[in-house]
Amino acid sequence: MQDSQGGWGRDLWVGLFVLVGLLSLAYLSFQVGGVQYRGPGGLSLVAVFDEVGSLKPRAQVVVGGVKVGQVEAIHLDRDFRARVFLELDGDLALPSDTSASILTAGVLGDQYIALEPGADERTLVSGDQIEYTQGAVILERLIGKLVQNLGAGPKK
Amino acid sequence: MVDVAMAVRRLGAETIETVRGLGEFGVFSWRLTDAGWRPPLRIGRLVSEVYDVGVLSLIIITVSGLAVGMVLGLQGHNTLVRFGAEESLGAVVGLSLVRELGPVLTALLVAGRAGSAMAAEIASMVVTEQLDGLRMMSVDPLDFVVSPKAFAMLLAMPLLAALFVTCGIFGGYFVGIVLLGGDGGNYLSALESAVNFEDDVAGGLLKAVVFGALVGLIATFRGFTAAPTSAGVSAAATSTVVVASVATLVFDYIITALWGV
Amino acid sequence: MPVAASSGLVAGPASLDATGAARRSLSDVHLEVRDLWLQRGSRPVFEGLNCVFPRGQITVVAGASGGGKTTLLRILACLLRPNRGEVWVDGEVELTGLAAAAVREFRGRVGMLFQHGALLDAMTVYDNVALPLREHTRLGEAEIRARVETVFTAVGLEGIEALLPGELSGGMVKRAGLARALIGSPDILFCDEPFSGLDPPTVRRVEAVLADVNRRTGATLVITSHHVASTLRTAQHVVMLIDRGAVSGTPKDLLASQDSRVSGFFREPEVLAAIEAADG
Repeated sequence: MQDSQGGWGRDLWVGLFVLVGLLSLAYLSFQVGGVQYRGPGGLSLVAVFDEVGSLKPRAQVVVGGVKVGQVEAIHLDRDFRARVFLELDGDLALPSDTSASILTAGVLGDQYIALEPGADERTLVSGDQIEYTQGAVILERLIGKLVQNLGAGPKK
Repeated sequence: MVDVAMAVRRLGAETIETVRGLGEFGVFSWRLTDAGWRPPLRIGRLVSEVYDVGVLSLIIITVSGLAVGMVLGLQGHNTLVRFGAEESLGAVVGLSLVRELGPVLTALLVAGRAGSAMAAEIASMVVTEQLDGLRMMSVDPLDFVVSPKAFAMLLAMPLLAALFVTCGIFGGYFVGIVLLGGDGGNYLSALESAVNFEDDVAGGLLKAVVFGALVGLIATFRGFTAAPTSAGVSAAATSTVVVASVATLVFDYIITALWGV
Repeated sequence: MPVAASSGLVAGPASLDATGAARRSLSDVHLEVRDLWLQRGSRPVFEGLNCVFPRGQITVVAGASGGGKTTLLRILACLLRPNRGEVWVDGEVELTGLAAAAVREFRGRVGMLFQHGALLDAMTVYDNVALPLREHTRLGEAEIRARVETVFTAVGLEGIEALLPGELSGGMVKRAGLARALIGSPDILFCDEPFSGLDPPTVRRVEAVLADVNRRTGATLVITSHHVASTLRTAQHVVMLIDRGAVSGTPKDLLASQDSRVSGFFREPEVLAAIEAADG
């Protein structure tokens, strides 16, 4: 369909409009919304915990305070322990005796997984399981224990 | 006694008329969509219509987005300060905008500006027999004139909503950090950790797309079925704004409830 | 209702004494309306209307304003469906019952000039006139340009192609609309009030164009008009809408009619002056 007037100028403005709109959308999706473009070369690991607390999928995985990936999924396995699937950066070379702990950001913040690299020469590859895990600390249990200890104290 | 009987009869007639109207709207929407995705695709006309809806709405959307963001920044700061949680301002502004205020306010503003203009334009084409002229040339007015307009609305709405939200985030930043002396780093990190693509951005995007379809269909329907008089043209424009706005708000609830956004 | 009106006859000259006789004495019939009934809300518009439109001739649908002239034209153009009745084309195709695809086919042979041109006001005159070719043919731009130029010359429009319809005068709008209607070389041309709103010299110009088109292409013209003088000058056949029915004949027949409603139409002083001027 040909329109003989205003064609070039209009097309330019519409193109700019679409571009600006898409850029806003991209900003909101990637920068703000946290969509990660993971190439096919990600490092997939599994960690089994007794207790995951309030850990959620998409929670951060950090090494030394630096984010290296996120939690993909959390499932209950046959022994009623939590299997946590991690998606990490592909070029990460973690020793096979790395440990994973569930920590809390601040006192009342979100929970995340912190990995502490070990000393082994062999490194973890996709599909491996992290052997050493430390479950989440449940604040209520901690307080309960504290109350118990306080109650038991004076009797001694 | 007679009055009651007449009132009931009128109620019945109006109900039937409303249902018939909904049916007419449904048939119209179907024919419009059907005409739209069949070739010829009329890209040139689509671009022209996106210009009318999108580009000409840029100013109202950016200014309103900034203003709303600034208000959120101000109100948010004043409230959060009381709980010592002012570093969460970014999260408050971001979540409100992305999930609700962005899509809904954009839809209301666009319905008022571009929606009413669209309805009036089509209605005046009915009055001046331009659509009949097309029919006599064996060109389907739905395919040639109406469908590109509705599709343009559908395409432009999410882009405008994204722009609104981005301007709002900046507005909140401007008030909360530049004017009120908050911490810029906290604002952005709170924003980025609170707003999640799957839960928030995708839901907001879905809303914007649905609202775009609603406003586009309602505006074109009102224009197309307008009475062929000048009163009919203005009635088409005003009823578009009313119906599209109410429909937006109702569907906002429905999507929020269903999607859990 | 008087028999004369409902059977579409003029109670006058002996050459028209029955519909059949009327048809035989006219050249063959292109369009025929049989027993047309239409109601608008609670207002009856047509009640048992009959008329014919002879092939290759200029037929004017005359009558007072609001009498249904444009409505009849819209029914012929398949833009409106009557409550009852039939419209026959070439005695073979019945219009009121046609499906959409067949209507499209019929419209391929028809051109229509609307009262205010009905050009798309967001497109230039050139794009408007070229639209039918761009939509329905695969002609290249050069060929399209040639045809558009030809039809512009035929209607007497030059140099206004790049203008928007809003920038044209009334007469130019009509001629541009006519150009658009003619570009597909139609067999039938419908014109809704082509003379309305024009000054006398422009009216003559439009008349001349229409007569020229009829002469050169042999198309059947159906013109609605309440402009009596033009009617008398251009029409070879007149269908006068009276009392929700029609009375037909040549202009001479109607002028000589004994029916008071028909002759009353021609009795306005300015009309008589026009008739005298036309005869003189």
